[in-house]
Amino acid sequence: MKLQAKDIFDKLKSEFSDSIIEIKEDKGSDPFITVDAKKVLDICLFLRDTEELSFDYLSSLNGMDYKNNLGVVYNLFSTIHNHKITLKVILDKEQPSVPSIEGVWKSANWHEREAYDMFGIKFEGHPNLIRILSPYDWEGYPLRKDYKTPEYYHGFKVPY
Amino acid sequence: MEKFLVDLIGDNLITILIICVIPLLFLLPYALVAILAELKISAWIQDRLGPMRTGPWGILQPIAEVVKLLQKEDITPANASKLLFNIAPYVIFTGSYAAFAVIPFSSSFVPSNINIGIFYLLAVSAFAVVGILMGGWASNNKYSLYGAIRSVAQIISYEIPGAIALLAIVTFAGTMNLQLINQMQSGWFWNWFIFGGPGSAYKLFIIPFMIPLALTYFIATLAETNRTPFDIPEAESELVSGYHTEYSGMKFAMFFFAEYSNMFIVAAILTTLFLGGWNSPFNNFMQGPWWGAFWFITKSFFVVLLQIWIRWTVPRLRVDQLMYLSWKVLLPISIVCFFALGLYRMLV
Amino acid sequence: MSELRTIETEYSLLTDRLRVNVGPQHPSTHGVLRLEVVLDGEIVVDVIPHIGYLHRCFEKHAEAMTYPQVVPYVDRMDYISSMNNEWSYVMGVEKLMDIKVPERVEFIRVIMAELNRIANHQIAVATFGLDAGAFTPFLYFFRDREMILSIFEKTCGGRLLYNYFTVGGLNYDIYPTFVDDCLAVVKKVRETNAEVMELLIKNKIFIDRTANIGILPADVGINFGCSGPMLRGSGVPFDLRRVDNYSVYEKFDFEVCVGKGEVGSLGDCWDRNIVRMREMEESCKIIEQAVKNIPDGDVKAAIPKRVKPPVGEVYCRTETPKGELGYYIVSDGGLKPYRVKGRAPSFVNLSVLPEISKGYMFADLILILGSVDIVLGEVDR
Repeated sequence: MKLQAKDIFDKLKSEFSDSIIEIKEDKGSDPFITVDAKKVLDICLFLRDTEELSFDYLSSLNGMDYKNNLGVVYNLFSTIHNHKITLKVILDKEQPSVPSIEGVWKSANWHEREAYDMFGIKFEGHPNLIRILSPYDWEGYPLRKDYKTPEYYHGFKVPY
Repeated sequence: MEKFLVDLIGDNLITILIICVIPLLFLLPYALVAILAELKISAWIQDRLGPMRTGPWGILQPIAEVVKLLQKEDITPANASKLLFNIAPYVIFTGSYAAFAVIPFSSSFVPSNINIGIFYLLAVSAFAVVGILMGGWASNNKYSLYGAIRSVAQIISYEIPGAIALLAIVTFAGTMNLQLINQMQSGWFWNWFIFGGPGSAYKLFIIPFMIPLALTYFIATLAETNRTPFDIPEAESELVSGYHTEYSGMKFAMFFFAEYSNMFIVAAILTTLFLGGWNSPFNNFMQGPWWGAFWFITKSFFVVLLQIWIRWTVPRLRVDQLMYLSWKVLLPISIVCFFALGLYRMLV
Repeated sequence: MSELRTIETEYSLLTDRLRVNVGPQHPSTHGVLRLEVVLDGEIVVDVIPHIGYLHRCFEKHAEAMTYPQVVPYVDRMDYISSMNNEWSYVMGVEKLMDIKVPERVEFIRVIMAELNRIANHQIAVATFGLDAGAFTPFLYFFRDREMILSIFEKTCGGRLLYNYFTVGGLNYDIYPTFVDDCLAVVKKVRETNAEVMELLIKNKIFIDRTANIGILPADVGINFGCSGPMLRGSGVPFDLRRVDNYSVYEKFDFEVCVGKGEVGSLGDCWDRNIVRMREMEESCKIIEQAVKNIPDGDVKAAIPKRVKPPVGEVYCRTETPKGELGYYIVSDGGLKPYRVKGRAPSFVNLSVLPEISKGYMFADLILILGSVDIVLGEVDR
């Protein structure tokens, strides 16, 4: 059965109470549920394994920079019920750390590496958290809003 | 010193030299024509025109390619084993050129009319393996090494069905002399060995064995010359270029040259053993020494064209499938044919 | 294959393993992909993909461009099927701005996307055949692709990168003989596909090479986030054109092709390939239905003067030839997107490669990689 974002929010709220922070349903944008970063692994397992929810497909995992905070956005989809939901966690900019959901959806593996590469978000429990798109010895996190392009990389001038 | 040489090779040194050079004089233009054929036939199969800029319809393209290869820088990788790396192409070419010694071009021309012609062919055709392994190992490149190892395994495996096919013909004809085998097939084309050779109506019984035998030999030689679908040693999509990945310029050209020369050798053997060699298909029509050379080259070239045609039509096998084909399909077929021909020879 | 898998463990024949770098410059990595392959003889023990050689900072660029200016960058992600890429992004922005696109635009977009899907699948099947050593079908497909590219060229001037879709509409209207050209393409595609079916797909050697190789079970495929022909080859009818029913796809009658394990196990390389072959036919059907009923109208009617979406965020996905392409677009109410993340199907599909290629032979690895159908522009973005 296809569930709406509100129903999913209610289900999560009854299961995890305080860890589910808010739901936002604005016109013209996708509804999303903000959750507590520490509980995200449990929530994801619940979303995947509960029968009415069955979110078996992680569409996308996006790192975000909200100027004062970092964030991770999970776009989930259920191939069984054809419903979708967006989860969002807000992270501290100094110590951005969130449990890895690689064990829930394997597709998170590369997405999390990409988020780490671009935003420096640490995914606790990720089996191989190394850079993926940038060179392995690159410094800094390019997609952060306060990122400064380095002048030299191995003696090559970077902004040319 | 002079006396020693005269003692060694007799006083007809000039003759020997000429005879040594004649196949080369044939081989060079042949290679150019074969390259052009490969380019043009592949183009026609693929619905394009092929080379059109060099000369009329691009017929000068092979010459342009040779000139290009001659001009290219001759690179030897820094960590290669220099000596082996440099001699490998020539070893391969020597192996294939040596086989020309017994190829009967016409009724009155065969460089060396020895009685163990087929045996000699088997011996020298295995020579190429040494060159390939040398080149692949000496390049100090993993792809080259893989190519060389695959190639050796492949050539040695396919020698066996090929050799049994040849042996069957030896049993059937009762001789290893290629010239004699050719003479046996004179007359109309149904006297060719692929159609059971000369003889009575009983030969209808062995035609069903002769045609698979010829096909077995043809398939085995496709593998021995590393042509698609058996081009696993130089599988472009996997091993870049296999054992000649690191070669460039003239040394690469030697590999190329050896491949085309090998193609002709196996085509010539097939022609000699199964397709009547230099005999005209129509009894005495256009028969004679010069016509013989014409027929021989025409038939061989037809087989070469078949090889090219197959190359541009089918995909490539995998290593284990290649071995499967050799040991579990071709070998039993060739052995059965071998026994059938032996039985026929005993009874008839 | 199961025999091969156990050789190593049961008899401990191994002496030494060879580490081979396939790429970044290699004929069959379809670009600058580097695979670090650990080989035990001919058998693949491990595959470690190293990507990023073509990383062009698309997401960083997008943050510095206005919304319409991002479209050409999107073209360059999956440069084999640019129209589909543009559509996904443009649809996302339209969703943010709540623009209703005219029917005519939707129809032309569908036709363009399907034409590009055919062109993409032609390349996919062609290069897959090339990986298997069959050179000839490659050129047949490229000959036909030329017709599709010339339609694009006549419409928008570009042959590879179009910049044709724009927020709210299209940059140009179609040209007068467009419909005839499309029907000619459909006819030609069918002819060539029938020929290639005989020449390549049903060839005994080709079946031997691809059947039972690189089997991707459906649950693994879903868990790894695979999409497109990759997942449909495993028998999951997951096609966003039907699942999400975006644009005007519900008006067309077409089938979602899935692999059926006809010659080998379900979800092997052959299945993935046949799904692409059959999808070309389905795209032909859609084009035939669409060109007949293109409504009248102005393709530029709904294009906004200033593309300035309100604050919001949207994850918009479409079915590109390679799978689910999603753009996560966040707007802060300005002229430039706050963040654009491309969820590239090739990127996700490639991540399953190590999982499905262990235990097969080196030659199979190349075929499995070919059957994933990646474009490095999209993997690395």
